[in-house]
Amino acid sequence: MPTVWFVIVSVMIAAYVVLDGFDLGAGILYLWAARNVNERRKVLHSIGPVWDGNEVWLLAAGGTLYFAYPQLYASAFSGFYLPLMMVLWLLMLRGIGIELRVHVGNPVWQGFFDVVFCFSSALLAIFFGAALGNVIRGVPLNAEGYFFEPLWTNFKLGPNPGILDWYTVMAGVVALVTLTAHGALYVRVKTDGELADRCQSLALGIWPVQLLLTLVSLAATWFVRPSIRENYLDYPIGFLIPVVVFGSLVVMLLATRRGREKQAFLASCVYITGMLVGAVFALYPVILPASTDPALNLTIRNAAAGPHGLRVGLMWWIPGMLIALGYFVFVYRMFRGKVQLEGGHY
Amino acid sequence: MDSALLIHRLHFAFTVTFHYLFPQLTMGLAPLIVILKTLALRTGDERYAQAARFWARIFGINFVIGVVTGIPMEFQFGTNWSHFSRFAGGVIGQTLAMEGMFAFFLESAFLGLFLYGEKRLSPKAHWWSALAVFLGSWLSGFFIVATDAWMQNPVGYEKAADGSVQLTSFWELILNPWAWWQYAHNMCGALITGTFVMASVGAFYLLWEKFEDHGRIFLRVGVTVGLVATIIQLFPTGDGQGRLLAHKQPTTLAAMEALFESSNAAPLVLIGQPDIPQRKIDNPLVLPGMLSFLTYRRWEAEVRGLNAFPPDTWPDNVPLLYYSYHIMVGLGTIFIAVMVVAAIQLWRRALFHSRWVLWVLLLCLPFPYIANTAGWITAEIGRQPWLVYGLMRTADGYSKMVSAGNGLFTLLGFMGMYMVLGILFLFLIRREIENGPVAEVTTPHHEGVATAH
Repeated sequence: MPTVWFVIVSVMIAAYVVLDGFDLGAGILYLWAARNVNERRKVLHSIGPVWDGNEVWLLAAGGTLYFAYPQLYASAFSGFYLPLMMVLWLLMLRGIGIELRVHVGNPVWQGFFDVVFCFSSALLAIFFGAALGNVIRGVPLNAEGYFFEPLWTNFKLGPNPGILDWYTVMAGVVALVTLTAHGALYVRVKTDGELADRCQSLALGIWPVQLLLTLVSLAATWFVRPSIRENYLDYPIGFLIPVVVFGSLVVMLLATRRGREKQAFLASCVYITGMLVGAVFALYPVILPASTDPALNLTIRNAAAGPHGLRVGLMWWIPGMLIALGYFVFVYRMFRGKVQLEGGHY
Repeated sequence: MDSALLIHRLHFAFTVTFHYLFPQLTMGLAPLIVILKTLALRTGDERYAQAARFWARIFGINFVIGVVTGIPMEFQFGTNWSHFSRFAGGVIGQTLAMEGMFAFFLESAFLGLFLYGEKRLSPKAHWWSALAVFLGSWLSGFFIVATDAWMQNPVGYEKAADGSVQLTSFWELILNPWAWWQYAHNMCGALITGTFVMASVGAFYLLWEKFEDHGRIFLRVGVTVGLVATIIQLFPTGDGQGRLLAHKQPTTLAAMEALFESSNAAPLVLIGQPDIPQRKIDNPLVLPGMLSFLTYRRWEAEVRGLNAFPPDTWPDNVPLLYYSYHIMVGLGTIFIAVMVVAAIQLWRRALFHSRWVLWVLLLCLPFPYIANTAGWITAEIGRQPWLVYGLMRTADGYSKMVSAGNGLFTLLGFMGMYMVLGILFLFLIRREIENGPVAEVTTPHHEGVATAH
């Protein structure tokens, strides 16, 4: 049963990254790609009806994590105290940047909200990448299963790492680049004209960087956590994951070049999912590795909630998920097609 | 008090108090918007549709601030109260996760359709999206109240070997009697905020002599629903909640009333200042025997006073509890009076010309917020010194790994951030109200649909 919830939480986090990822990406490229008022409105319209729903995946994943692994929730959230609080502040700035901009109704302040939206989106991408980096690298768990990390120490790996070291900073950059490309491909799908062209060339320009960073991050992870090899060697089917990752990168490039916008965006979705699945596959059954002593690792067993609760949870999670998927299909269908500005909200 | 404990308590208290200023209007307005949309659909009168759109704009701004200040609440269970999370996550993780799965997805999916989809949807479909937003916000309220109710009155759990509590009965958790009384009382409180805000804006428009047709609609809906809500708030919901409290948390009841001596005809204190060291109330104004009657329906029933309980089980801030409770009840009583007077005037078709009643309604705007806040302070301070009543003390629940210094850093950050959000909110709402429900106004002096019944 703990394995079931491990898969569920992983799927929800992946859904969050893929979905909120494109609206974060749209925010990152916002100032650069959208150069006049109408283009900015187009970008906002492309994510406007869906960004809040996408962000709910973070809340739902967080809630499910809390429910299934209370020990992990308690430990990770208090240990990552400072960066999490900053993530919260950034989420706030970003939410009001998107939604309240239109209500301000003055071009000076709208320009300010534009910058807030872009800046908070970019920082969030970096923070989320760094967070994932921390989970893969491991944290200094004590015997009670708790830890507290300062923002940085000496930027080196070791028994007393900070939130930011060279590895997690790299993970943050990977996330920033990946989500920028993801957002560009999304906006490319949803808009036309110069804005779409600029997104296309942005995605093409970023592609080599993305390829390079993918290779670097795989090598770095191999070096930082040698134990990730075990799952791959025990279950060689796992080697399909890097194949999928690189395959999707190639498809992304080809589809973008040929103007197959939807295919390119889907390839980016697959790429992100592949990267996350690769990390999760390597971690299992550990959910928060200890950098201090592997015996202190939090695993799906020692961090899980009671068996009755986990069984009951499945009874409401499955229908809840089906209903939620129904909403998403419905909403995305309602707002399908290229963005039209006439009568729009933003 | 341990300074880290104090900081973590202030951290949660500050962020949740600020947060709840917004959901109470979201949950209060949502059903009223459904009513306006229903009227628009049934009468075909464009002014109801305009009224619904106007409130949808207010709702949208309010909702955004509610969402962005709400995310920290879920996170703070883990960041600032990690020992509590580890202890109780096996139970309250259920309700919190269900809130995400059933309420947030529903609400967020249909909010986009409701706010931006009116042109893409048929009027009926748009009505359904309004209803879905209403259901989502009220479901969300239920799961949060059910979580708090478990902390007030833990049910359906067992102690596990590692000291944590784990769920044994899902239905006991969901059907916790505390949850249902508290939910009814809380949602009614939110409705009071919604109706007073709507009536207040309506009164403002009539006094301003602008957007008068819409002002009349706001007043009619606000006062009619408000009358029902204010009465239900006292009876049966407030009464039921109070009697449950007397049964489950007798110490809390004694502290709310600052009743020190047990008594066979316990008085209800209307006004007075509790003096804790002397264990008495200064300048009391009391109704003799009333507390006994209200609690047990008998004038001679015994109500135990604080002296009957060991001081280390008393709520740790009796005066604050006493005042917040009395502010809540006092304001609730005033609300009934205001709504009864306004409803009588409405029924006599005199409300729209009674300038003094309109002024009273206009100036009432902040008070439901104060009453709702005071009510939650009563619930949460009243539960002290317990974090989970009878199972875990507040002093044992906070994140031991997060120092007071780090906690203060983020508390100050939230204060700064929320100050900006608060100013922005007031500015934007003021702008929407001044702009009014329709772009171009020629104030028609004919008696339109708003006054014809």
